[in-house]
Amino acid sequence: MAPVLSLSHISKGFPGVQALDDVSLTLERGSVTALIGENGAGKSTIVKILTGIYTPDAGTVNVEGRDRRFATPKDAWAAGIAAIHQETVMFDELSVQENIFMGHMPGGRLIDRTAIRDRTKELLARIDADFAPETPLKRLSVAQKHMVEIARALSHEAAVIIMDEPTASLSRHEIGELFSLVDQLRDEGRAILFISHKFDEIFRVSDRWVCLRDGRKVGEGLTAEVTEPELVRLMVGRPIDQVFPKRDVAIGEVVLEVDGLSNATEFADLSFTLRRGEILGLYGLVGAGRSEAMQCVFGLSQPTRGRIVMEGRPLAPRAPGDAIDAGISYVPEDRQEQGVVLPLGIRANITLASLARHARGWFLSSSSELDATRALGDRLAVKAASWEQPVMELSGGNQQKVVIAKWLATQPRVIILDEPTKGIDIGSKAAVHAFIGELVADGLAVVLISSELPEVMGLADRILVMHEGRIVARFARDAWSAEAIVAAATGAVAADRAA
Amino acid sequence: MSWLAAHREVVLALVIALMVAAIGAYAPAFVEGTSLLGVLDDTALLFMLALGQMVVILTRGIDLSMAANLALTGMLVALVGQHGPDLPALAYIILAILIGLGFGLFNGVLIGGLGIPPIVVTLGTLSIFRGMIVVIGGGDQVNASEMGRTFQAFPHKALLGLSSVFWIALAVAILMQLFLSRTRTGRGIYAVGGNPTAARYCGLVLERYQVLVYAIAGGIAGLSGYLWVARYGVAYSEIASGFELTIIASCVIGGVSIGGGVGTVPGTLLGALFIGVIVNALPTMQVSPFWQMAISGAAILAAVIINARAEAHPDKLILPEARRAAAGARG
Repeated sequence: MAPVLSLSHISKGFPGVQALDDVSLTLERGSVTALIGENGAGKSTIVKILTGIYTPDAGTVNVEGRDRRFATPKDAWAAGIAAIHQETVMFDELSVQENIFMGHMPGGRLIDRTAIRDRTKELLARIDADFAPETPLKRLSVAQKHMVEIARALSHEAAVIIMDEPTASLSRHEIGELFSLVDQLRDEGRAILFISHKFDEIFRVSDRWVCLRDGRKVGEGLTAEVTEPELVRLMVGRPIDQVFPKRDVAIGEVVLEVDGLSNATEFADLSFTLRRGEILGLYGLVGAGRSEAMQCVFGLSQPTRGRIVMEGRPLAPRAPGDAIDAGISYVPEDRQEQGVVLPLGIRANITLASLARHARGWFLSSSSELDATRALGDRLAVKAASWEQPVMELSGGNQQKVVIAKWLATQPRVIILDEPTKGIDIGSKAAVHAFIGELVADGLAVVLISSELPEVMGLADRILVMHEGRIVARFARDAWSAEAIVAAATGAVAADRAA
Repeated sequence: MSWLAAHREVVLALVIALMVAAIGAYAPAFVEGTSLLGVLDDTALLFMLALGQMVVILTRGIDLSMAANLALTGMLVALVGQHGPDLPALAYIILAILIGLGFGLFNGVLIGGLGIPPIVVTLGTLSIFRGMIVVIGGGDQVNASEMGRTFQAFPHKALLGLSSVFWIALAVAILMQLFLSRTRTGRGIYAVGGNPTAARYCGLVLERYQVLVYAIAGGIAGLSGYLWVARYGVAYSEIASGFELTIIASCVIGGVSIGGGVGTVPGTLLGALFIGVIVNALPTMQVSPFWQMAISGAAILAAVIINARAEAHPDKLILPEARRAAAGARG
């Protein structure tokens, strides 16, 4: 049988990153294909190409025998490809029926309400949904919203349905219902591309699998003929070829001690210690609760249980200001959203978290601010026309340097780096890695939250692995392997190797 | 356009100068020294009020209740002037600032403390303040003759050809400039408006700044309330009705971004001056009063459109070729 969709030799590059390199993939009618790979392997780039958000640099997309070029998401819909996302993207204030038919309302200029309601009823009946077409979307659960998305896909008579981690926020029971729906869609002859990190789901639901690593296809086959350890090996089995600065830093006394830190919904029983000169890697899948836990240490949220001891003194930060005063810095993941103040100049951004150091009586001393800015800006090699240049005029890499400079300006003893190399090119990554090495050499203690295995393994002295809000494994430098770390992060096994 | 964005104040000053020259060619009386000083005097209250509004807009807020606060505080101090003993002018000034500050604090607590959107809160307090004037004043107005001598005389005191109101506005502007550019709190106002999330990571809490800025706007509105009532010699419920829009227009013309985090004291002063020149010039040009409102409205709209175009954010550099071009241009 001819495949309903085939991608041939697809490549897609971004400056400094080859997101996809010569990837071919076919989807067949009545078959579920699992797409697996680590964070950053290129899975979401494939989804974006299939849904018309990106256009590939090279290669062809062929749907039902015809070569297609999707310039917009609407083109992809028209070709019969529908996607169901991890976080649903719909209109919360509108009803179920309006969500399903948004963009392709039946009727002419006037909306034919009866037709919409009747067709919605019929679609909902097909997938056994038990809510009315008029229900406002905001009153539905995530699982029900997924059903609305599936109904929307059916309303387009989509031949290909992409499910991008659809189970991420579902309960066990809801997952079971979703899987029966997947079975039903397969039996109707649709082709399904199923993206998941969880091996039990992949084995439960898929017929075939395709594995990506660093933008390349590294294997494919029938799910019945593969085992979990084989898949894990394929996902991570690269030589760690990046060069990490060889550091020889003496590890000192305990600086930060976290004991049993928990909050109601995001993380539980978080305990660890951090020493001077040490890099503690915090690995896990996206959404494992790593950032949430460290944000709590930084005072952005309040724990329900547990305690924090910083340099021998108990610390209960009610707001980031308390943590900053105690000597903790947090370099957030989202540079633009959480890091820089775009309209302000470089100087004002760098001194923002440490303004008290530059106050002379009522007023700020601009010469003191400039001295600090110059020292850090030069150390991090920020490239700018002047120190007063608005940060919005800087390149992404330079904005990231400004953010790091801002946090170093608070003269922290503990610095939490949240995905410090996310979305930057190899060259800048190497610079950031070298810099992290310098920080610990200066006596700082670093918590490195990263989803990049080579980065964590190359830099960290110890690695904690989080899965669904809990630390599920601890590894010391000599006692880890990529396979064991990934297995722990995906929830396959819980390991504890004395760290 | 990028030059225009970077030199907004210079451009605005040139536009105002050209406008004055053009009006002078048509009505020479307008450009005589005393007449131009009269424009500054007449615009003095708008200068202050616009600066108060600017501080609010910098935090991504809006204060629609400023003119109503002005009118209510004006009425309250006028009643004090009417019924109380003859106090020194400074006492009225301090009293007016405190009353206005209290009303502003009320806005600030509802917005920062309870998290209600600024437009909702200040629209509500606008009505409350206006209504209270009628309640307190019993629907009557307080006239010049009833206010007391020192109360009324102060705004008319002159120095170097300009009234005390102008000099107070100048003092407010200087203090504001120092506050915003040289203090930690001033820097914090720009930061919480420019990016509330990033500011929170730095220990700067938006909600606290909201309480502060609405209090500042309220204090300035109260001060203006006394000066307004004493200058024009009458207090009643409709004083400065609709003036909140003129205040906001001054800010927008002066380059204050409604999106927060962008705005300067000189820009806002020039924005207010732009409006002041138009409002004062039209009567000297014998334009019919019916047309005056429409013409000044059109001029404000034109200025806002020009400014909005200058402010339009540049597109993001996503295409590799565009990035290379931009990098090349930057050197």
